[in-house]
Amino acid sequence: MTPLFDLDLLLTGTYHDWLVAGLITSLSLTGISLALALPLAIIIALIRLSPVKVLQWSGFAFVEAIRNVPLLAHMLFWYFGAPELLPTALREWLYARNIEATSAIIALTLYTAAYMSEDVRSGIRSIPGQQFEAARALGFSFVASMRLVVLPQALRVTIPPLISQTLNLWKDTSIATVIGVAELMYQAAKVESATFRSFEALAVASACYLGMSLLITGAAGWYQGRFPVRTA
Amino acid sequence: MIELIDTYWLYFLVGQYPHGPLGGLALTLILAVLGLLFAFPLGLVFGIARVSPWRSVRWPVSTLIQVVRGTPLLMVVFWAYFFLPSLTGQNTNQFWTMLTALVVFDAAYLAEIIRAGIQGIGKGQTESARSLGFSYLDAMRLVILPQVVRNMLPSLVNQFVATIKETSLGYIIGLTEVSFIATQTNTQVLTKPAEVYLLLGLTYFILCFGLSRFAFWLERHLQQRTMAKAHA
Repeated sequence: MTPLFDLDLLLTGTYHDWLVAGLITSLSLTGISLALALPLAIIIALIRLSPVKVLQWSGFAFVEAIRNVPLLAHMLFWYFGAPELLPTALREWLYARNIEATSAIIALTLYTAAYMSEDVRSGIRSIPGQQFEAARALGFSFVASMRLVVLPQALRVTIPPLISQTLNLWKDTSIATVIGVAELMYQAAKVESATFRSFEALAVASACYLGMSLLITGAAGWYQGRFPVRTA
Repeated sequence: MIELIDTYWLYFLVGQYPHGPLGGLALTLILAVLGLLFAFPLGLVFGIARVSPWRSVRWPVSTLIQVVRGTPLLMVVFWAYFFLPSLTGQNTNQFWTMLTALVVFDAAYLAEIIRAGIQGIGKGQTESARSLGFSYLDAMRLVILPQVVRNMLPSLVNQFVATIKETSLGYIIGLTEVSFIATQTNTQVLTKPAEVYLLLGLTYFILCFGLSRFAFWLERHLQQRTMAKAHA
């Protein structure tokens, strides 16, 4: 008779190592995608706020095209669809490497950047227009006024929503399972099918997701306490 | 591309129906509509419980909501997939598994929308209703909630968009919704993965973009009405 709930199996040994490897992969996916998505989000936000109509419109099209399609469809496209459009040599080079993780990172980065750019944009818009006009009147260029005057103030307002997007990104990494990236969800399912201990495998994975989510939520709370939004 | 649409459009829309189970885009929509429909009353109860004056009601519900919101939907789907059968004592098919996961997940998010709505109404309303002799529950039901629901209509449409996107995760448990059908189509055609998945993305886009524009319009429309009333 095996015990009803036996965590020992997952706290040491092979299955433990599988889960830890999965957790590390999930964290790396989050870290890399975040590092790529943040600058991209700022660029898209600036494009949408630029004085040029064509740029505004293309920024809008990019954001809406990405936000209105589920992440799963993005992943399927970047994994199954996009490589076929590449020249053969490049495709073979990619297939010889970790194409699953690459596709997942592209999908996660674009998806997260689209959402984050909206947060950055509303952060920038919350800064009174006179700040920008004053900077321009003092002789700063468009880019310099943004970089030195508006963005430093806007980012302070934007950090809390950006942290909550990071939480979404963390949870979204689980979808990479679909294209076979060996992240936490994938490893949990693998342990489940190897041991038939569904409850324990899912409980450990859930605890990891939840623990990390709580840390991220805690970071948002800490930031708001430490750097409250200053109102002029 | 045209040839692809010409051959597979019906399969894409309804799956194997009428010669087999209903699937495709029709199933995606049915799942999203039912998911939101069942999640709404649950979300309402949770949302009211979140702002309840009684701690013994507020705390367990708040914890549940935090747990669900800190977990990826995929995890909720897996829990439903592995444990619904042992919980209900019968074999649950993919449709009910996915629907259960969606309802639990969406209810947690709707509860937060409702909570924010209730807190946005202002204490004065509850206090006036209470001083007029309404019980707490009557004040909620007759004074607060009608205003909350009207204000949250745009958020509800946005939640519907989110639910449509979430149904795509049914793919993982073999539910024949539109992403799964797209993959089946891709396996049959074999040579046009990029086109197949672009079409899938386009389908979601038309549906979700249309709905989110509608939400945007609804929000402006409601705002104008409130403003017109304030001026009258």
